[in-house]
Amino acid sequence: MPLGIGCTARPGLSKNNKTGSWRVFYPTLDKTKCTKCGTCQLICPEGCISQLPDKSYEIDLDFCKGCGMCAEECPDKVKAITMHKEEK
Amino acid sequence: MVDRTIENFDCGHRACGGCGASSAVRMILKGTGGNTIVVSPTGCLEVFSTPYPETAWKIPWIHSLFENASAVASGIEAALKKQGRLGEEKVLVIGGDGATVDIGMLCLSGAFERGHDFTYICYDNEAYMNTGIQRSGATPYDADTTTSPSGTCSYGNNRPKKDLPQILAAHGSPYVATTSMAYPMDLMKKVEKAMNTPGSCYIQVHTPCCTGWGFDGAKTMVIGRMAVECGLWPCYDIVDGKLASAKKIKRVPVDEYLKAQKRFRHLFKPTRNEAELAKIQAIADANAAKYGIDIE
Repeated sequence: MPLGIGCTARPGLSKNNKTGSWRVFYPTLDKTKCTKCGTCQLICPEGCISQLPDKSYEIDLDFCKGCGMCAEECPDKVKAITMHKEEK
Repeated sequence: MVDRTIENFDCGHRACGGCGASSAVRMILKGTGGNTIVVSPTGCLEVFSTPYPETAWKIPWIHSLFENASAVASGIEAALKKQGRLGEEKVLVIGGDGATVDIGMLCLSGAFERGHDFTYICYDNEAYMNTGIQRSGATPYDADTTTSPSGTCSYGNNRPKKDLPQILAAHGSPYVATTSMAYPMDLMKKVEKAMNTPGSCYIQVHTPCCTGWGFDGAKTMVIGRMAVECGLWPCYDIVDGKLASAKKIKRVPVDEYLKAQKRFRHLFKPTRNEAELAKIQAIADANAAKYGIDIE
């Protein structure tokens, strides 16, 4: 791969790198418990949680590294996100 | 008004799971809005977000060298000014603490002295994490790093943290603030304020690093909150050289914050080191007295 001076890259190319393979624990979101506060979406270091047209949230497991910050920060009274061990 | 739906930092970057910096950058870009040109010095952020030929940025982004991010930003600002584009397009630097308080200090000081219209945001993870946790000028007192190891002759880093916000306030900066990624609303509000203030503005964001500090990645926000709650990280802003506001807290002892991290475990094992803990508590007390963060 030639690497010149002043190299540029097109936006969004990092999506080629599916970081979901790094994961040890995966999150599941219980939509019946979720109050749609948006905390998980705001703090996710990956930015892999997105809001659907019906205002509910969805976690993209192609990119989720399984850090568990969303499960930890989900408000104490709700706890809609739980982490599970990945089994292959 | 901060638009929380803006997503200018894509998935697929190579930050550690639970990275405080990547979470902070997403929040920062929500605060800046879309018309922003970002400059990054060398550091974790530059390395994990842009392994060539991939990039996680959806807005213009440039990296030149470790030491000259402020000089590059000054040049971009001058070019935008000449073309009459400054104002609708803004310049932002996001750099790590090593590139800010140590290596890029000269260019940073120069740019602030000349008063270029840009915002400099330092994500402070308190060491050179990218190259393997070496101490920087922003490493706190008694933290164990690979170049300030704890052992029989040492309790870790033997110098206090450099107070860069005060140094830059002394340059006559119109807006200098500290905040933490554990308080997203505070962070986004301060970023928005800095971006809309003409002149050189500076924000230092506390971003816990699970790899370098030694804690579980899920606890990043928790550790960030503990740092603020014990007074070791005061969140304040300085407008035109005068302290404008400081986040008021009900302060707790520093012990819990230190105990939660591996870089401070030598203070508790094999026995509690009361003398060193008292020194760290004194730093928190001095912060509280200086910025008036205690709730009476």
